[in-house]
Amino acid sequence: MNNQVSYVRTQMLAQQPPPGREMGAVKWMRENLFAGPINSALTILGAAAVVWLIASAWPWLAASVWNASTLSECREIIAASWGEGHHGACWAVIKDRWQQYAFGFYPSDLYWRAILALGLLFFALTPVLFAANRRVANRVMGVVSLVVLAFVTVAEFRLIDPADAAAHSIWAAILTVTLVLAVLWAVHIFAPSKLIWFTAIYPGLGFWLLWGGSVWLPVVALAGFVIGWLAFRAAQPFGGPAQLVAMLLVPVLWWIYGAGVAADVLNRIIPFSIEAVGSDKFGGFVLAITIGVAGIALSLPFGIVLALGRQSNMFLVKALSVCFIEFIRGVPLITLLFTASLLLNYFLPPGTNFDIILRVIIMVTLFAAAYIAEVIRGGLAALPRGQYEAADALGLDYWKAQRLIILPQALKISIPGIVSTFIGMFKDTTLVVFVGLLDPLKGITDIVRASTDWKGIYWEPYIFVAAIFFIFNFSMSRYAMYLERKLKTDHR
Amino acid sequence: MTEMNIEHGIDRKIDRSHMKVSESDIAIQISGMNKWYGTFHVLRDIDLTVMRGERIVIAGPSGSGKSTLIRCINRLEEHQAGQIVVDGTELTSDLKNIDKVRSEVGMVFQHFNLFPHLTIMENLTLAPIWVRKVPKREAEETAMYFLEKVKIPEQAHKYPGQLSGGQQQRVAIARSLCMKPRIMLFDEPTSALDPEMIKEVLDTMIQLAEEGMTMLCVTHEMGFAQAVANRVIFMDQGQIVEQNEPKEFFNNPKNERTKLFLSQILGH
Repeated sequence: MNNQVSYVRTQMLAQQPPPGREMGAVKWMRENLFAGPINSALTILGAAAVVWLIASAWPWLAASVWNASTLSECREIIAASWGEGHHGACWAVIKDRWQQYAFGFYPSDLYWRAILALGLLFFALTPVLFAANRRVANRVMGVVSLVVLAFVTVAEFRLIDPADAAAHSIWAAILTVTLVLAVLWAVHIFAPSKLIWFTAIYPGLGFWLLWGGSVWLPVVALAGFVIGWLAFRAAQPFGGPAQLVAMLLVPVLWWIYGAGVAADVLNRIIPFSIEAVGSDKFGGFVLAITIGVAGIALSLPFGIVLALGRQSNMFLVKALSVCFIEFIRGVPLITLLFTASLLLNYFLPPGTNFDIILRVIIMVTLFAAAYIAEVIRGGLAALPRGQYEAADALGLDYWKAQRLIILPQALKISIPGIVSTFIGMFKDTTLVVFVGLLDPLKGITDIVRASTDWKGIYWEPYIFVAAIFFIFNFSMSRYAMYLERKLKTDHR
Repeated sequence: MTEMNIEHGIDRKIDRSHMKVSESDIAIQISGMNKWYGTFHVLRDIDLTVMRGERIVIAGPSGSGKSTLIRCINRLEEHQAGQIVVDGTELTSDLKNIDKVRSEVGMVFQHFNLFPHLTIMENLTLAPIWVRKVPKREAEETAMYFLEKVKIPEQAHKYPGQLSGGQQQRVAIARSLCMKPRIMLFDEPTSALDPEMIKEVLDTMIQLAEEGMTMLCVTHEMGFAQAVANRVIFMDQGQIVEQNEPKEFFNNPKNERTKLFLSQILGH
């Protein structure tokens, strides 16, 4: 029944290019824009919507006014050049009030401290975010240094309120900033691995620059972590759980009972302090970034611990983690913020003066941590069982397996979710307006709109605030994509 | 009833044959071991003594408990009754003992289970550095030695995802060897490989056997069993049904279930 003639190939065929209509722009358009009647209709509809949006916003944007001191002056200028009844954007309000958006009521002669604190944040983040990429690190640090110097110079020469200017030396401020940056560059160039120590002290340094006061308060607060580590080491003979308890309990006791006294004593022996700034002076993006950055930095480790707790075999640990996560996720953030501002004082020992921003940071951290825990749990669940088994079979204990094998992979999978949570949290910082803090979106904008000069302005402040938030959040999103690319080693 | 008799008969025979050897020559001693998944009785009354340098192949139909058995030996699975003593250390819920056994027993998995976020070199040096506390340089030298042994030193700085299945499995074997184990467990090491790659992995395993490593292999490679094993164990329904030296096992199976299995697997 074999009808086939036997055949042996003597020559292999070479590769050939695909036919013309399967390449280039034509193929792309056919596949992506006009794949079928519905696709074509949607393409045309979408294009029409874009055109309509641009066409309706353009006259307003084209009639932008940048130089005016009041809204009525703005309107006069627009009427003069575009005719009566024409609407135009009045960006002059931003030019007039941008420092309030940036700094709230932070004293103008101390703007440099807030700028430096934000700039140093990037230096502190460099060893963490761009660890393996010196070229990117150089570029980020270079740009940040220039921006910080430029902003400090502008702030010192242009923004200082005459009322604050009395005993202020412009050059001392600029020199201090330059010196700090120079020292950090020296460390970065000559001992790049040591920059991580700056990361470790940054929380205290940033706090000190923003709030001022005695240097000893942040020092003793940071010392709590060292004490926790020492307690962890000291409890080694009593086994793992004892170590964990010691590591958590001892620092908390130190912060509640020891730190205040120690700071007082140290301040009496070696008094060193800078001008203090109260939390009521914070506002605008200084406030949003302070809460956002602190919340992000604290919620990630806390979220990891919660996620591991939820997977734990120990019943109590698991139950507590689940209860915490479900409770926090089940409650609106505003409720937690109200609790922070009103109720927390009832539960704390009488006489404790707990800073409102600190309380808000704690609540925002708890809130974000619960979401991050769930995102990371997804990452943990996505890992094949074999990874756990291989780590076990090699004799790695639980913590080593988590740290070296499981978490690096689980966190990598969770990057998009974690960054979404961070972005959401940063935007949620605007909710602090409900506990009386001056967030940029409503707090500051209401103040601007209540002033006689700018009464009646509507779109421009909101667009401005939205644009700034977009820049921050888009940067975070791009960084996450960079990280995902960098960590992509599975070559699937 | 007859199955039970045969099983116990064989066990007695094996035990008697080892009577004269000293305790320290015993690598693994399993006695009266039982395991349940929930209410399902996966392993029933397992008695098995593995001598140092012995090479055992465990065969049997799927679901017979072969993998579960060797996974009990390094406590990836917990047994609920009976005793497992590995290299003089009894496996109980004591974590110290478990870690000790795991660092002495290497395991190779069906799906390799290399760590995809680490390079081959990092895969090989991770456990020696973090568990054995070997200095990094020394661990890397050891890793290169074993990579050369499995004939892929040039892949040291690639990631697992860039290697073929056969290469990955050889890396997995090298990763286990870097811990200088005294016993190696193989859980169907060639089942996930393309036919063209099975040979390179089996060659590595044969080489290992020739060097005197104590090996327990769950595998369907009957050629390998005939060439390398001292003993073949056949399991069915969670029990050891028959065990014998390979020649006898393949040419003259006693148990009905073994005969059926062999006729199916060798029939074509």
